[in-house]
Amino acid sequence: MQLDSRVPSGPIETRWQRRKFEMKLVNPANKRKYTVIVVGSGLAGAAGAASLAELGYNVNCFCYQDSPRRAHSIAAQGGINAAKNYQNDGDSVHRLFYDTVKGGDFRARESNVYRLAEVSDNIIDQCVAQGVPFAREYGGVLSNRSFGGAQVSRTFYARGQTGQQLLLGAYQALQRQIAAGGVRMFPRTEMLDLVVAGGRARGIVTRDMVTGKIETHVADAVVLATGGYGNVFYLSTMAKGCSATAIWRAYKRGALFANPCFTQIHPTCIPVTGEYQSKLTLMSESLRNDGRIWVPKAKGDKRAPDAIPEAERDYFLERRYPSFGNLAPRDISSRAAKVVCDEGLGVGESGLGVYLDFAEPIQRLGRKTIAERYGNLFDMYALITGEDPYRVPMRIFPAIHYTMGGLWVDYHLMSNVPGLFVAGEANFSDHGANRLGASALMQGLADGYFVLPYVMGDYLAQTKFDKLDPAQADFRETHAGVESRIKRLLAAKGKRTVDSFHRELGKILWDNCGMGRNAKGLELALAKIPEIREEYWKNVIVPGVNEEFNQSLEKAGRVADFFELAELMCLDALERDESCGGHFREEFQTEEGEARRDDENFSHVAAWGYQGDGHRPARYIEPLIFEYAKPAQRSYK
Amino acid sequence: MKLTLHVWRQKNSTAPGQFVRYEANDVNTHMSFLEMLDVVNEELILKGEEPIAFDHDCREGICGTCGSMVNGLAHGGHKGATLCQLHMRFFKDGDEVWLEPWRARAFPVIRDLVVDRGALDRIVASGGYVSVPTGSAPDGNAVAVPKPDADRSMDAACCIGCGACVAACPNAAVALFLGAKITHLGSLPQGQPERMDRALKMVARARQEVFGYCTNIGECEAACPKEIKLDVIARTNRDFLRASFTRSPEAKQVAG
Repeated sequence: MQLDSRVPSGPIETRWQRRKFEMKLVNPANKRKYTVIVVGSGLAGAAGAASLAELGYNVNCFCYQDSPRRAHSIAAQGGINAAKNYQNDGDSVHRLFYDTVKGGDFRARESNVYRLAEVSDNIIDQCVAQGVPFAREYGGVLSNRSFGGAQVSRTFYARGQTGQQLLLGAYQALQRQIAAGGVRMFPRTEMLDLVVAGGRARGIVTRDMVTGKIETHVADAVVLATGGYGNVFYLSTMAKGCSATAIWRAYKRGALFANPCFTQIHPTCIPVTGEYQSKLTLMSESLRNDGRIWVPKAKGDKRAPDAIPEAERDYFLERRYPSFGNLAPRDISSRAAKVVCDEGLGVGESGLGVYLDFAEPIQRLGRKTIAERYGNLFDMYALITGEDPYRVPMRIFPAIHYTMGGLWVDYHLMSNVPGLFVAGEANFSDHGANRLGASALMQGLADGYFVLPYVMGDYLAQTKFDKLDPAQADFRETHAGVESRIKRLLAAKGKRTVDSFHRELGKILWDNCGMGRNAKGLELALAKIPEIREEYWKNVIVPGVNEEFNQSLEKAGRVADFFELAELMCLDALERDESCGGHFREEFQTEEGEARRDDENFSHVAAWGYQGDGHRPARYIEPLIFEYAKPAQRSYK
Repeated sequence: MKLTLHVWRQKNSTAPGQFVRYEANDVNTHMSFLEMLDVVNEELILKGEEPIAFDHDCREGICGTCGSMVNGLAHGGHKGATLCQLHMRFFKDGDEVWLEPWRARAFPVIRDLVVDRGALDRIVASGGYVSVPTGSAPDGNAVAVPKPDADRSMDAACCIGCGACVAACPNAAVALFLGAKITHLGSLPQGQPERMDRALKMVARARQEVFGYCTNIGECEAACPKEIKLDVIARTNRDFLRASFTRSPEAKQVAG
């Protein structure tokens, strides 16, 4: 299959402007004749649904949460990047573009990233106008802070809960449209399949999570803004309900899945305490602005941290990466922490942890300043661990946090299935092999507010739609498929819970397709996963029936999809014989232990196409061309 | 340690409910409260019983999904924490724990500890926003916002919409939630053009939902996991009162 990215030609600065002009428009009076389905109500979904409804389209928006305001974008703490250059420190659209491409280890599509940087300024303006209470200076202007992977201060923030505040802005815009009749909202409704009719995405099949009712929804276009698939690892920083089901169903209906092995490990999470652990809690990366990361120099040093003198501490990030220090990008910082823990220098009961110490900044800036900057994060840490981070250094360890991979989309955010758009974390487009901090919020809102409204109009204006009936074959078959799958899960009546399978799968993935990967481990995982999957369908126990509020059934369907996705991730990791960003293949590293990219053979997007159960998926390639950000070995030294 | 749980079990919104007793053996002090429930549920499933339904999602205190009355206190009564942030080290061996869903007519029970909080969304839809269509915003620094105003707005905007304030209130009033949104937007210059109408519309909507009236008891403030202060209610009252006097009858009619 030839992948056409539909990237405009010409100077990169003018591409999006020109494409916007080239795009077809829908007459304002005709917009209400089109129906668009938006699945997901996070930053990309809510912003997209609200913006499309403002234009006049009929929007049906779905979320599994009880309210669109609870989508997992809410959990982002640190901030959102924009190239405003309010700090006069040399930032520009081009610099944000370059930092993002470089941060992604040269595995992202240049034109998409440039557009992202270009609209970043509009996002800040839009959010301020909506009443997002960004941090301010005493003079009343917006405040900025720095973040990993950048040497300018371009991150806007709202205390430690920027995600919630941006989401509330989008949610309120969405609620306004719901009240105005432009959006019909379906909370507690989970998408369980995509309907492709006449070669186009024309609807979805959903389950009402309160009544169990399976329904078919018809539309002219479908937008998936369903977030990432980090929960495939069981333990991650994602919300418990986050799943890959929507994008995985779309994959099985023909959409290509790009770079599934590109997952991000966040360096600063609270370490695991036991088997019962249900999720990992992130401590914002912004803590690394002031906090210093270290481990004892001696193995098995069990002294209390304040009893270890300066000379016996190893500030390993400052040592290895003097110019970026504690602000080295996420993949690099995570790996560095893994290295010291593997050497037996880790701290805490499990030995899987490193210190994040605020003693020096508290002394320098005072407790009050630190409390103002990170107060709620410190409180959160104290609540969970029972330790006071103002007095004792935090213990942190890397955890799965974000997935750069996702459904393949072209410049118009459309997958290879016409009419199927994918926005936010659910697509693969902007972050390459590693995402920089404060860029996820930027991408979600860029896609939702400033890309979808244009590309949607262009698609609708130039497509002739057949009148469809939910009773016709494509819809009936998809509907029946969903029902029979649910029946199968309920009928297994085995001996193991869904969670026990999920934990087992997660462990295999974390060990073999996590922070470090190698061919042997991946092959092992590829052998094991199908075995457990087979057992799953025979031996899982799902209590209750479909026609009720049934949380076990919800989980069972999601985990079934995770099993299949996990296999694809390992396959992708095995095929990519290089190290780049979050994908660290142990066989491919420099003498200093840094990732060794292979631009000659792997400067491309790997997009996988489903070929039927039991068949090896096809691997298609979209070559990546770098005209403006020339690939170099990423150095943060 | 071991705990005895008394959990409200109710099959659906119409079925009658009752407390059912469960023994939680093997509770670890590092567990979160919800992880303790996970463990109980795993045992129930293996015994062929139906697990306890409870709402939860982010499990880090920001999404506002979780929440139950624990021994009569919303979110378990630990200052500034949601139920998912409550850890088992705050309990001791042999404790009896009573678990109930949010109690309020405006929040019908869906199952066990899960309730329908759609009324909160409808209140926001009635006017809890700034009407600014995508693309029509001036530069972010075009309007200076004094830091104290931004801070006051942020203090109120922290609300996670969990509903603890309603559940804790003897009247099941929604005043703290409402006040938080009115203060969040009303403290900023961007929120001024619609400030009066917002108060009229949101108060009217809250009346249509079946919330009780606020009588300044203050339980809401004590229960709020984000520590929203009672003075946001004074702000609602002030805005509402001013709007009632200053807005034309037509405007008030539009606002409901």
